Amino acid sequence: MAITLTINRKKVSLDIDSNTPLLWALRDHAGLLGTKFGCGIAQCGACTVWVNGEATRSCVLPISAVANTQITTIEGLDPAGKHPIQEAWDELDVAQCGYCQAGQIMTAAALLKKNPHPSKQEIVDGMAGNICRCGTYHRIQEAVALASKKVKK
Amino acid sequence: MKTTRRNFIQQTALFTSVFTLGFDWFESKGATMAIANEPGRFNAFLSIDAAGKIRLYSPNPEIGQGIKTAFPVVVAEELDVDWKQVEVLQANLDTQNFERQLTGGSGALKHSWERLRKAGASVRQMMVQAAANQWKVDASVCKTSKGFVLGPAGQKASYGSLAAEAAKLPVPSTVTFKDRKDYKIIGTRVRGVDNKDIVTGKPVFGIDVRKPGMVFAQIVRPPFGATLKSFSADDVKKMPGIIDVVSFKNKVAIVGTSTYEIMQARQNLTCSYGSDTPLEGNDTHQAWFDAGMKTDKATVQRKDGDFAKAISEAAKVIEATYECPFIAHSPMEPMNFFADVKPGSVILAGPTQVPQPAQKAVATLLGVPENTVQVELTKMGGGFGRRLNNDFALEAAELSSIIKKPVLVMWTREDDMGGGIYRPAVRYHFKAGIDAKGNITSFYLRGVGLNAGNSTRQDNFPVGAIDHVLIESVDQKSAVTTGPWRAPITNFLGFAEQAFLDEVAEAAGKDPIQMRLDLLARVKSNPVGKITYEADRFAEVIKQVAEKSQWKKKPGVHQGFSVYYSHFSYVAQVAEVQVKNGKPQVTHVTAVTDCGEVINLSGSENQVKGAIIDGMGHAMFAKLNFQAGVTSPTNFNAYRMIRGNEIPKIDAYFVDNGISPTGLGEPALPPTGGSIANAIYAATKKRFYKQPFY
Repeated sequence: MAITLTINRKKVSLDIDSNTPLLWALRDHAGLLGTKFGCGIAQCGACTVWVNGEATRSCVLPISAVANTQITTIEGLDPAGKHPIQEAWDELDVAQCGYCQAGQIMTAAALLKKNPHPSKQEIVDGMAGNICRCGTYHRIQEAVALASKKVKK
Repeated sequence: MKTTRRNFIQQTALFTSVFTLGFDWFESKGATMAIANEPGRFNAFLSIDAAGKIRLYSPNPEIGQGIKTAFPVVVAEELDVDWKQVEVLQANLDTQNFERQLTGGSGALKHSWERLRKAGASVRQMMVQAAANQWKVDASVCKTSKGFVLGPAGQKASYGSLAAEAAKLPVPSTVTFKDRKDYKIIGTRVRGVDNKDIVTGKPVFGIDVRKPGMVFAQIVRPPFGATLKSFSADDVKKMPGIIDVVSFKNKVAIVGTSTYEIMQARQNLTCSYGSDTPLEGNDTHQAWFDAGMKTDKATVQRKDGDFAKAISEAAKVIEATYECPFIAHSPMEPMNFFADVKPGSVILAGPTQVPQPAQKAVATLLGVPENTVQVELTKMGGGFGRRLNNDFALEAAELSSIIKKPVLVMWTREDDMGGGIYRPAVRYHFKAGIDAKGNITSFYLRGVGLNAGNSTRQDNFPVGAIDHVLIESVDQKSAVTTGPWRAPITNFLGFAEQAFLDEVAEAAGKDPIQMRLDLLARVKSNPVGKITYEADRFAEVIKQVAEKSQWKKKPGVHQGFSVYYSHFSYVAQVAEVQVKNGKPQVTHVTAVTDCGEVINLSGSENQVKGAIIDGMGHAMFAKLNFQAGVTSPTNFNAYRMIRGNEIPKIDAYFVDNGISPTGLGEPALPPTGGSIANAIYAATKKRFYKQPFY
């Protein structure tokens, strides 16, 4: 039984085991490699995507649970890299190795969508679920604040 | 392979540029640079086309230390161009056409500084000469600015317009470097050259490798010290998507068409293991530490004066024992590698810091000529030392040769954390004797490591400042595999030593900063034996951190000091702790670094802050346990990583001295455990002797 999802505004039909986590459906079957595998148990946030606009850990989410939903991955946020979060990430030179940043960016962009002008503490709390092994946390928090200034009041 | 060479030329259009200089990013034998018309032995290329676009072909992908950005900055500075004119490209990385040697991290810039500057300055000089010839003036009256040569009568020619003529000139044998006061790019904030790929999710990492006909595999590895007796794969083979289950070297590989199907099938695999000797547990390791501390067969690493006599005459003796566990590197991208082994050709692709050893080891393993093995490199999702070990590449190659298919071997987090090559576990015992005036007269250190090699650094401070010194090491052999972990050995030795010296200062009734400065004054006037550090540079970071942190001038704030020399760089730190709800919290760390010339201020700050966060997180939380040769925990639910809501404010300062640049990926880590532990002691009077603290 194929499951139909909308990924980055395109309808995609996947004829695979309906228990397959969304992460692996994206990476192994939909050809979208931007979403990253970090831990497989929803602890690190590297696999964060949006399901109907909500930041969600894709590594533990079976595709059966997301049939007929709108999925947005890092590739769909803004392919030109012009989303305020993407621009802020470049401007403040956030990344070191860069591997966790797709998940960080998807978490941050969802945070700003809900709360366009978060306080410093709201940014710290909102980003605390995502691990960055290189320790770029200061710049992650600064970049969310910078992006928030770019979002029109 | 001729096809590869042709593909390379087509892909990069490198040698169709008007001007191409080949040079060496890293040390190598023979000529250091030449005009290049085809791929040759050089490992980096600088090309200028007629439109003035400058392309730098980097031989090494980024692992996170920022070298892919910093190296081109050095070339562009001496070339005297606008950074906006420069494009940094990843050379198509094949080990046949590029002689490459990737270094482990902090040493890279130190070794490359001169040759990078020379490459840029040589091309600049050739552009000037080409313009001077055209204008019939002497080259000495011409200047350059932002990619143009400027003549004495107001002439102006772009590098692009001069490139064809410049390519016909000899590469100068001597060049003049810029005065550092004229630097326009070096020392500024330069954004990472891969930033756009990262923020748009481009598939640039090892786990993103996709090749025609490729299958996936996961490998079940045995407990440390165990051998595989048998395994039952019948139920695994029946599972959907499973292509094959094969065994080699005590491992079982499950090959399939997708990751999830392999993960599911893997649950049905049962393996039976055996061992000739008892498998190791935490108790085994403790017993080996105890035995190592007692043995009279330690290796003497250093001896100054007569330690035994001096300590017996000391007015006061301070003693302490410190211990750290095995820990994993835990890069966010777990290990993985692609291999396609065919008769006459082997293609490897993936994240390794050391491709040439991979090529060599795979050729040996498969019994094929080295020149039939190619290694394509990807960006690396962190390494911290783990990607210096090519076990993952060898496994992938062996598996591909057995199943005769192109295969991507993917490690799960559990495989990665449980799979070994850890930071070795070490126990240190320190002893110091002080005289009636509070001066340190004798110093002893014994390091007992488990697969750690020499766990001491016998020529490092405070050695050189003390008359009677004895330093010994014992290496106990364990089945648990180890390897370099960011700032090898010093990542924990730095903590132990700086925590111990804090205790010594307290016992001697001295300020910890003043005590270090007094010792360094002694080193400067009358050093004892061989030392690896420079006393003046050491003292300077200490003085600057005391000033920047307002040492002992902030009422109500508990401060801890530490300083460490490693990878040719000096880092002093002051950590601040505030007690909130009865719990000590590290609120602020001030760090002063002397790494010589700071190439990219943005990257440098990122490295220092990242290393401090890394050092703090692992000192506070990280520990692996062992039972019957099996590691636990193996994922982030129980192996705690520091998070963004647990970090202190960090101020990172750099000494402005213009000395040739030295390491920065690692040196800020070793002092971190010490500054934090000493600050927590100042706040709570509780000392930490073991990592993790919590």
